[in-house]
Amino acid sequence: MAADSIKKTIGVAIGVCLVCSVLVSIAFVQLKPIQDKNKELDKLKNILQAGGIEADSGADIKAVYEKNIEPVIVDLKSGDIVADPDERIKPENFDIEALAKDPAYSSVIPSDKDIADIKRRPDRMIIYNVKDPEGSGEIIKRIFPMYGRGLWSTMYGLLALDKDMSTIKGFTFYKHEETPGLGGEVDNPKWKGLWKDKIAFDISGDKVTLKIKVIKGVVLKERPEAKFQIDGLSGSTLTTRGINNLVRFWLGHDGTDWGSTGYGPYISKLIANLKGNDNE
Amino acid sequence: MSKFKKTLFDPILNDNPIMLGVLGICSALAVTSKLETSLVMSLAVIFVLAFSNLAVSIIRDHIPGSIRIIVEMTIIASLVIIADQLIKAFFYDVSKQLSVYVGLIITNCIIMGRAEAYALKNPPGMSFIDGIGNGLGYAFVLVAVGFVRELFGAGKLLGFTILPLTTDGGWYVSNGMLLLPASAFFLIGFLIWFTRTIKKDQIEKG
Repeated sequence: MAADSIKKTIGVAIGVCLVCSVLVSIAFVQLKPIQDKNKELDKLKNILQAGGIEADSGADIKAVYEKNIEPVIVDLKSGDIVADPDERIKPENFDIEALAKDPAYSSVIPSDKDIADIKRRPDRMIIYNVKDPEGSGEIIKRIFPMYGRGLWSTMYGLLALDKDMSTIKGFTFYKHEETPGLGGEVDNPKWKGLWKDKIAFDISGDKVTLKIKVIKGVVLKERPEAKFQIDGLSGSTLTTRGINNLVRFWLGHDGTDWGSTGYGPYISKLIANLKGNDNE
Repeated sequence: MSKFKKTLFDPILNDNPIMLGVLGICSALAVTSKLETSLVMSLAVIFVLAFSNLAVSIIRDHIPGSIRIIVEMTIIASLVIIADQLIKAFFYDVSKQLSVYVGLIITNCIIMGRAEAYALKNPPGMSFIDGIGNGLGYAFVLVAVGFVRELFGAGKLLGFTILPLTTDGGWYVSNGMLLLPASAFFLIGFLIWFTRTIKKDQIEKG
């Protein structure tokens, strides 16, 4: 049979497709469990890192996570904890990217409020509570996932707040595609370290003001506002602006319905609770 | 030199696909900001190139002329998906940095070029060797460029600090341009200049 006959052409085409599809399927099915495990571990590692929990390289990340972290689901609009989340938003299934795209689980953000340029946000978000390592069950930090647009990509990060709801304890991005060496310096441990012990909110009496800001250039330590400011990354103005916007969006706080853009209502309640405890 | 050795080692300096053919430039620019990504990308290309050459060569007498390119493309695309899945499973951190570029091996001209130029005319064994050889040629350039870019751009090699940066309290002021893809253009240009100065036969007649 000549190589160019129609029969042969179709035969070869089908044969090649069959062999290739079988190989690709086998690779995909066989490797999927390993890949899922990698993704899961990577996420847990980032949560532990944001919470400032040391895990040795050989340690069982999952065990450390389960010992120290207790995730809760929060309704962003009301600021209440969701007691019985359905299957999609259970902590172990919680997928921010998928939920933000699903109209049943997310809302469109009005354009004038959308400073982080993310268009939609999930109605409910997951928050990782860090428990006291002594075992008293007290929550010592809360880790808030947050995301927003950088220069090239949507950046996904985790911000840890102390139990005083104002002191930042850690900040890390677990997913971004900014320019390596410039905007990609958000992964630089030194820059991430700048966030530690900065103050997010100025709480005076009943007035809570969002103060944290990523500025252009270097923060002057002598100035009184230095505790609210983070150095911008040099050479990456747009990434820096994106980080500033996304942090301000998710900690957003001015009381109105859409004014509280992110965790605003939940944080307000926690701050109110803190005061209640002080009065006792 | 035996034919075997010639097929394996010629593409590294004498007949380098990037330096002489100026093929596969886009990924050479994109993934070489670090040595680690360069190495993993090189491994992926060697894998795809060797097996696509082998597969095309095995069925070379049966591929109908009318669907020749599509058949080659199907084989290459399948191998790239397999390579991508393997990297995601075993080099997860690197796969996050390589992102789309592994998938883009499909459009790397070196692979199509070797299938067309070599595998269609030669037996499977030699085609496999040719694939590895050309993959090594690609790897040579990638590793060389990645080495220079990571060392002088970020002061590190494979993530270990070699030249402590001023931003981390050291003495070395990094060259930020080396971290941008465009710098690889200059480095590959210098490499081509350098090899052609030594090997005059590579100079094209003007």
